Amino acid sequence: MSALTWTTGDPAADQATAIADDTESGTPPVRVRGVVRRFDGRAVLDGLDLDIAPSEFVILLGQSGSGKSTLLRLLGGLDLPDAGSVTVPRRRAIVFQADRLLPWQRVWRNVTIGLTGRDAKQTALKVLDEVGLADHADAWPRTLSGGEAQRVALARALVSDPRLVLLDEPFAALDALTRLRMHDLVRGLRAKHDAAMLLVTHDVDEAIVLADRIIVLRGGRIGAEFPVGLSVAERGHGAARDRLRAALLAELGLDLAGTTAH
Amino acid sequence: MTTADTGAVTLTASAAPPTTGDPAPGTVFEDLETFDTFHPAPPRAGRLIRRLRSPLGIYTVPFVLLILWQVALWRGWLSPSVSASPIEVGRAAVHLWTVGSPSTLGEDLRVSLTRALTGLLVGGAIGAAAATAAGLSRLGEQLFNGPVQILATVPFLALLPVMIMWFGIGDASKIALISISAGIPIYVNLFNAIRGVDARLIEMATAAGASRWRLITRVLLPGALPGALVGFRFALAYSVLGLVVAEQINADSGIGFMIGQAQSYNRIDEMFLGLVVYAILGLSADQVVRVLERLLLTWRPPGKEAAT
Repeated sequence: MSALTWTTGDPAADQATAIADDTESGTPPVRVRGVVRRFDGRAVLDGLDLDIAPSEFVILLGQSGSGKSTLLRLLGGLDLPDAGSVTVPRRRAIVFQADRLLPWQRVWRNVTIGLTGRDAKQTALKVLDEVGLADHADAWPRTLSGGEAQRVALARALVSDPRLVLLDEPFAALDALTRLRMHDLVRGLRAKHDAAMLLVTHDVDEAIVLADRIIVLRGGRIGAEFPVGLSVAERGHGAARDRLRAALLAELGLDLAGTTAH
Repeated sequence: MTTADTGAVTLTASAAPPTTGDPAPGTVFEDLETFDTFHPAPPRAGRLIRRLRSPLGIYTVPFVLLILWQVALWRGWLSPSVSASPIEVGRAAVHLWTVGSPSTLGEDLRVSLTRALTGLLVGGAIGAAAATAAGLSRLGEQLFNGPVQILATVPFLALLPVMIMWFGIGDASKIALISISAGIPIYVNLFNAIRGVDARLIEMATAAGASRWRLITRVLLPGALPGALVGFRFALAYSVLGLVVAEQINADSGIGFMIGQAQSYNRIDEMFLGLVVYAILGLSADQVVRVLERLLLTWRPPGKEAAT
C-alpha cells in the first residue's frame, strides 16, 4: 500500500516524526502530525495531530469556521499544510457536500471517472447496485433526485476500493428522511468496504448514529474525543445516547438547559 | 396569506380584542381581515387557437409584411423604381436559376458556399486548435491569447486590402478573410468555455484519481462544448459576412458578384434576390447550429438551447 506524505514544515522535525512513526506497529491510514494551516494570517489549524485506524469511522464535529473542512481538504490532498505533515493512503476518495456529478456524462460514466481498464463499466455497475441505483446507470444526472445524485457520488468514491473515504457534510443538503436512509446505506457500505472513513458534519445526531469515534475541533486542534461503543439500538435512544449527546452539545458550546454559553 | 380556513380563523382570533385607545378601531386590523383567494389559473389557449394566432411561428409577421409589400406596389403606394415586388424577385430567381446571366444562380451559390465553407473549415480548425492549446496550458495561453485578442479588436473587414495584397485577387484572399472572421469567434468562445468549466468539477475529477487525459476528455472538453457551439454560431454568421464583403470586390462569380452585376444594370429585382439568398443562408446556418445543439447537448434539460 503506497502512502503519500506532504510537508512544508521544518525538515528536522519531519525527520523526527518519520523515525518515531517507524517504531509504531501497523500503519494507520491517516497520520497527521503538528499540522498548521493559516488563512490571512489566522491559524485555522494550529498544531493538530490525528491518527485514524484501519476501517475506523471518525466523525469530525465543530462549529462553523473551526477548521473541519480545512482538515478534510488537507487529508484529501486538495490543500497543503503550512507546517507539519499529513500522511494518507494514495487510494482515497472524497465525497463532497454537493454531488459534483458531470452533467454531460451518464451516471455510470460519472462513476468510472477515476477508473481505468476494460472492466471499468462492470465495476461501476456493481457499485451502483450496492447503492441501489443499478437501473439508473444510463440516466443523465439531471434526472436524479438530490438523494440519488449523492448516492452516485458515494458509488464514485467507493468504486476505486479506497482505503480512506473522506466525506464533507455529504448529507447536509438532503431532507431529513433521505438523510436517515443515507445513514443506513453508509452503515451497510462500511460493512462491505474495508475503508477508514472520516465524515465532517455539524449534525450531532448524525455523528452519534455513525461514529466509532467523534472528534470535536476547537482552537485549531482536537478539543475533545469521544469513542462511541454503543450498539445500533443504543445509538437511537437511551440514557447512554442522551449523555453523549449532552456532552457533545456542551463541547460545541450549547448548554442543554437551553441557554447558550460561549 | 393563504386560502386555508385555519389561517382565516387564527387571524380573526388575533384581531378580535381591539385595544382601547387605538386610533379608530378597525383600521389597524382591517388588513388582517382581508384575504387573497387563489384559484386554478384559467386554461391556456388551446393548441388550435395558438396555431391560428401565428400559423407560421416566428415567420408569421415577415410573411404578412411580404404581402403588404406586394400590395403596396400594386396599389402604387411604392414606386417600382425603388423596390421590386416579392413576385418580381421570385421571377428573377426562376430566371437566374434556369437561364442565368452570365452564370446561373445555382452556380453562383455553389461558388459562394464553397468559399464560405472552406474559410469556415480552415479558420475554425486553426481557431479551435489554438483555443484548445491555450485553454489547456499556460504556454498555449501565452502564445496565442495576446495575438488573437489584438487581432479580434481589428474590424476584420479592414483586413481585405491586406489580404488582396498578400493572396492576390483570386479565391485565396477571400478564403483567408473568411477564415479570420470565422476563426476569431471560435477561438474566443472556446478558450473562455474551457477556462469557465466549473472548478469544483475539475477538483472532483482530480480527487477521484482521473488522469490528465481523462480530465481533458471527460471534464474540460465536454464542459466547454456549449460555449464552443456559441462560437460556432458566431463563426457561421461572420463567415457569411466575410463572404459578402470579399465577393463585392474583384469577384467574377458568387452571390456578391451577382448583386454587383445587378447594381451595374440597375436590376432591382436581382439586387433584392441577392439579399433574400443571404437571408436564407443565415437562417440555414442557424438551423444547422440548432440541430448540432440538439444532437450534442442531449444531457442538458430541454428548453435550455441558446435563444435566437
